[in-house]
Amino acid sequence: MSDTLEGTAHGNGSAYGSQPRKEDARFVRGLGTFVDDLALPGMLHGAVLRSPLAHAKVVSVDASAALAHPKVKAVITGETLAQRGMAWMPTPSHDTQAVLATDKVRFQGQEVAFVVAEDRYAARDALELIDVEYEPLPAVVDARQALSPDAPVVRDDRPGQENNHIFDWESGDAQRVAEVFAEADVVVEQDMLYPRVHPAPLETCGIVADMDPVSERLTVWSTAQAPHTHRSLYAQLTGIPEHRIRVIAKDIGGGFGNKVGVYPGYVCAIVASMITGCPVKWIEDRSENLMSTAFARDYHMRGEIAARADGTILGLRVRVLADHGAFNATAQPSRFPAGFFGVFTGSYDLQAAHCAVTGVYTNKAPGGVAYSCSFRITEAVYLVERMVDLLAGELDMDPAELRMRNLLRPEQFPYDTATGWRYDSGDYPRALAKALELAKYDDLRAEQAARRERGELMGIGLSFFTEAVGAGPRKYMDMFGFGMADGAELRIHPSGTAVVRLSCMSQGQGHETTFAQLVAQELGIGVDAVDVVQGDTDHTPFGVGTYGSRSIAVSGAAVVTVARQVRERARLIAAAMLEVSPDDLEWGDGRWFVRGDEELGYTLAEIARVAHSSFEPPEGVDAHLNAVTVYNPPNLTFPFGAYLCVVDVDPDTGQVKVRRFVAVDDCGVRINPMIVDGQIHRGLADGIGMALMEQIAFDADGNHLGGSFMDYLLPTALECPSWELGQTVTPSPHHPVGAKGIGEAATVGSPAAVVNAVMDALRPYGVRHADMPLTPAAVWRAIQGRPLRSDVAIT
Amino acid sequence: MEITVTVNGQQHRRSIEPRVLLAYFLRDELSLTGTHLGCDTSNCGACVVWLDGVPVKSCTVLAAMADGKEVRTVESLAQNGKLDPVQQGFIRCHGAQCGFCTPGMLMTARWLLDRDPNPSEERIREAISGQLCRCTGYENIVRAVRWAAEHERRDEVTS
Repeated sequence: MSDTLEGTAHGNGSAYGSQPRKEDARFVRGLGTFVDDLALPGMLHGAVLRSPLAHAKVVSVDASAALAHPKVKAVITGETLAQRGMAWMPTPSHDTQAVLATDKVRFQGQEVAFVVAEDRYAARDALELIDVEYEPLPAVVDARQALSPDAPVVRDDRPGQENNHIFDWESGDAQRVAEVFAEADVVVEQDMLYPRVHPAPLETCGIVADMDPVSERLTVWSTAQAPHTHRSLYAQLTGIPEHRIRVIAKDIGGGFGNKVGVYPGYVCAIVASMITGCPVKWIEDRSENLMSTAFARDYHMRGEIAARADGTILGLRVRVLADHGAFNATAQPSRFPAGFFGVFTGSYDLQAAHCAVTGVYTNKAPGGVAYSCSFRITEAVYLVERMVDLLAGELDMDPAELRMRNLLRPEQFPYDTATGWRYDSGDYPRALAKALELAKYDDLRAEQAARRERGELMGIGLSFFTEAVGAGPRKYMDMFGFGMADGAELRIHPSGTAVVRLSCMSQGQGHETTFAQLVAQELGIGVDAVDVVQGDTDHTPFGVGTYGSRSIAVSGAAVVTVARQVRERARLIAAAMLEVSPDDLEWGDGRWFVRGDEELGYTLAEIARVAHSSFEPPEGVDAHLNAVTVYNPPNLTFPFGAYLCVVDVDPDTGQVKVRRFVAVDDCGVRINPMIVDGQIHRGLADGIGMALMEQIAFDADGNHLGGSFMDYLLPTALECPSWELGQTVTPSPHHPVGAKGIGEAATVGSPAAVVNAVMDALRPYGVRHADMPLTPAAVWRAIQGRPLRSDVAIT
Repeated sequence: MEITVTVNGQQHRRSIEPRVLLAYFLRDELSLTGTHLGCDTSNCGACVVWLDGVPVKSCTVLAAMADGKEVRTVESLAQNGKLDPVQQGFIRCHGAQCGFCTPGMLMTARWLLDRDPNPSEERIREAISGQLCRCTGYENIVRAVRWAAEHERRDEVTS
């Protein structure tokens, strides 16, 4: 860490704590290795021809003019792939997706052909030389029309598919809900849309595929959040045995779920390399990224909440219409068609709850689970937190008081929800109290009242969320048929330094640092003495990858487990060295020493040296210090938090300014608090983006209306306030160090706080609800034509 | 066409297609891959470099436009193995996460501090408002620039 001013911190002998990241030395020098940075000898460049139409028959594809281009080496069409049985690929949700269209195109931007040329400019030029004849078909764009009898059928390729229905899924007890609704004093109902949005990592998706025709080995460098599952899918598709495929992810420029799936461009680049015998690079541009890769959300929701007059919430009923686009390619545990939406009961003690979700096909890009959503918990939290605020409005109760009255109490944990989830641990009232205190809530309400007297629109919005992260257990959860468990492997070198190998893969979360801290803490060695290897299927154990905030919760647990196994083996060797019983040894300060005689003992480095020497280990004990494991989580972990947002709204323009954002997060034990805070900052910015700016929109013909960052707006430093963070720490009882995971918490929790704040600001106008994104135009429209309410002061 | 561009103090003469973008010229011709492309529409600023001392988005500048000019990229910030204060600030304050926007942010930050050695938080936010970061929520980038400003003025920066 020569770049740092203070070096590695080891306060109180702990390897945990805020400390600079190992990966930053290369990033600040511009020396990261992102996939587009690779340049292999003889490398060719690919480009994808995409459909201009949302729905059309493909009558013919004529690539002859493109093939005549002097720099073009090959053109791959759906027919080329069909001859190899690769025109379609499986999705993680028991569906198939066209790699290149053969029969129809089903969304605007769908992949139709793939050109391979000597440079990226020539490849783009040649796209214009391909002649595709389409026969346009009517498109179904609005999910609410997808099930009408006269809707065009998107997936007529599927045997027996006669409409656009994908699945019906429900959770909870409908009858019990009906009973509690009958007893309720008040029922509030609201329709709301969680719009289609996009994770839009700053680096788009890309690949370099290199098929070596002699060794018959395929090496793939790509933006893969899940390298091992990508390898298995490539093996299945190409017929190349798994052991001859190596998937490498070097540095990844943000993922947020966008880089979990396998995209047609990856498959085309692999085929192109097989055909040409050269390495082939394909890097999508931003328009391709926004138009064709995994979108997120697109949930049409109806919520009903029932309560007593005193504010005791009794039950929640939810109906969802889920727009999955043209192929059901949602990257989520395959037995959970609505992801973890089942946690929609949120953080409250409800007597009954029920949700029913219907998934439909439309002529839009596939995806659905992405953008740091923890498998649809974003939608669930938004739903319940909006409903609670609407209920507060109906009861004329303070939304903080209503939440405090209904939050789960610490003594109720572990808590079994009405929809069958077991929350591991929490102290919710403490987190909410802390957020209110940090924000000076009472002062804010007083200020708001004063501003309303002056005709100013100030809003205060709350949200309280419970996340469910760290999937599996593998018994219930799989991706592409692979049980959701993750491996780790640890090797101590003779000098006592270490290498730990992970099955997960960072996209910016700082694994090289945090996971080194985990090992260092268990073994009493320096953080700098631990190298972290990730993102290379030849050099890491199998696992399903980094998404759903799994890394610390699952891979972190695997790493701690192997570190403890190594420590135990070191104990046996130390006992032999000291000629005492292992039971007489105690671990402390990075040493095994004889209980009662601290002088008599060895550090891990001393034991490692002996373990690799000619010293004879005890009977039945392997020499060398190494371990390998697979961690199968017994349950999910349940991070939670209380958020508060303060906005000012310009009544004349509808412009929303986020003035303050207070976030109290509880993600259990924090390994590197600096990194944890950074993860939270990111998610809070997501919340501003989704609530106020971001939407992937289409016109009635299915034309994509946001194909660049000029139309798909992301928050800049000017839209984001300086975040105010607080924390509580409630360890997970089943994670080996009590950590819960933090990657997505703020993305999940923050949109509702922003929207609740804007709705609170518009309360004088009697506005109950407006859908995200709350752009100036949307807010202005919500205000227009609404008389000011007489019971809320504004002049 | 033939162009001569001085990049990070070193003169390069190349024959290029007139349409080649400066970002690709730097990356493909000179192997300076620290400059990244994130959007192609001048919105994200991952590609920010200096052209004759002024930050530009090199994804929308033709390499031909840099003929006879001086370009400075992220690779030039560290001098004689010593990191620039803005680089140190990004490390100290966790201003980088995935590292993709970082080079562009660093180049803008360096430019800002050369003109305003003590910028307010608002000034920093405004300076980077033409650039996007999807990881940091900008908080720690702002802090990193402030850190650099404070340490630069006190001349306390070490390598």
